[in-house]
Amino acid sequence: MKPPRFQYCAPRILDEALTLLDQNREDTKVLAGGQSLVPLLNMRLAGPAYLVDINRISELNYIESEDGYLAVGAIVRQRQVERSALVQEKHPLLVELVKHIGHMQIRGRGTIVGSIAHADPAAELPALLTCLNGEVLAQSSHGERVIKAEEFFTGYLSTALEPGEMLTEARFPWIAPKAGWAFMEFARRSGDYALVGVAAVLTPTINDRCLSAQIAYLGIAGSPVRGHAIEDVLVGTTLDEPTLDAAAELARTLVSDDMSDVHATVEYRGVLTTELTKRVLRAAWERRGH
Amino acid sequence: MQEQEEETPVFTEECDIAVIVNGHRYEQRVPVRLLLSDFLRHDLGHTGTHVGCEHGVCGCCTVLLNGEAVRSCLMFAVQADGMVVTTIEGMAGTNSDLHPIQQAFQEKHGLQCGFCTPGIIMSVHAMLHENPNPSDEEIRHELSGNICRCTGYQNIVEAVRLAAERLRQQQMEVQ
Repeated sequence: MKPPRFQYCAPRILDEALTLLDQNREDTKVLAGGQSLVPLLNMRLAGPAYLVDINRISELNYIESEDGYLAVGAIVRQRQVERSALVQEKHPLLVELVKHIGHMQIRGRGTIVGSIAHADPAAELPALLTCLNGEVLAQSSHGERVIKAEEFFTGYLSTALEPGEMLTEARFPWIAPKAGWAFMEFARRSGDYALVGVAAVLTPTINDRCLSAQIAYLGIAGSPVRGHAIEDVLVGTTLDEPTLDAAAELARTLVSDDMSDVHATVEYRGVLTTELTKRVLRAAWERRGH
Repeated sequence: MQEQEEETPVFTEECDIAVIVNGHRYEQRVPVRLLLSDFLRHDLGHTGTHVGCEHGVCGCCTVLLNGEAVRSCLMFAVQADGMVVTTIEGMAGTNSDLHPIQQAFQEKHGLQCGFCTPGIIMSVHAMLHENPNPSDEEIRHELSGNICRCTGYQNIVEAVRLAAERLRQQQMEVQ
């Protein structure tokens, strides 16, 4: 198997990469970890004329604690985040979620930001970014802009990125100290793309009711789905079983009608969604601080 | 001496690369679309790195890139420029003594047809480097990135356990 012919360049400076991206705006792809792009090239499902390899741009290799969020640069590998003492301590949900991505050999090369830019509906990181109200930083040779997760993912493998733009940073908001969190997914084999996955963060009030809830899904539509209606049901409750049942029933209605494929029918995804919703909410609530 | 200004990079279809593979330095001009797996097999003749699915699922082509286990079918040779690659050919000692991991696979019958074995050995090497004393659950979890269609994995897990034990012993003797 051979990728189709392309022109390649591996700049060492971000500005150079942005200039290169600007040269052939419509037919250029950014190559980061390549764990999604290279299979597409190998199978000739994609055939960009130009590849800008950003792996040697060391200024994009950072994990930083910022006011309000964790910032991850565009060439940070998923394994780096998994091993980072900073992330382990300050954003354990991100570490927990990243462990579900592919296999260790994939995470050793695959990047956090690349997975977000690829926007696979079954990928974990887009769902997490959506759950947390995260943001991404997009840059081009004409400037930069910050895009909110819910505006970034526009459909199946589609994002709000314009030709000539690339993602340079992902921003994962911190989770409140007393909030409980959980991520679960169901995949038929370890490392496969999950059929359905759920991330949730629940913050308790002083008298131990749900102050705020954030929940988002992967695998139930063309892009990550934020469960706003479910959040409304949860707020003010003690997450008793009737509340969980109501939340789970609502979750089933979020599964998009066109999500039947060889892996699972809409009905089956619905069953998984209801069950995972309950389990994730229980686990997150269990983890809350008092 | 006047500092040489770096040239602005340009798009190209071929690149000169220098890669250290199993301790030997290779300098070569390669087409940019050449996969690292094909570079190792076709250009260098290191056919121990096997190629199965060619889209990152089967794990046969796993090699170490600067010590990290990666799929060599999911990166281009040009991306390994300036890096250190270890393949199955680099595992045995100079007088062909098997590496403790290889030895353990032989003793525990951790292979049948052997097609997946090079990738598994490289993955196990990376796994044990990071976690010298893995539980069975951890072994199974880390092996999930390598598909074997013969063995049923039982003997592979036993081989990894034995290899881990011997490598720990070896480490203690060194210290």
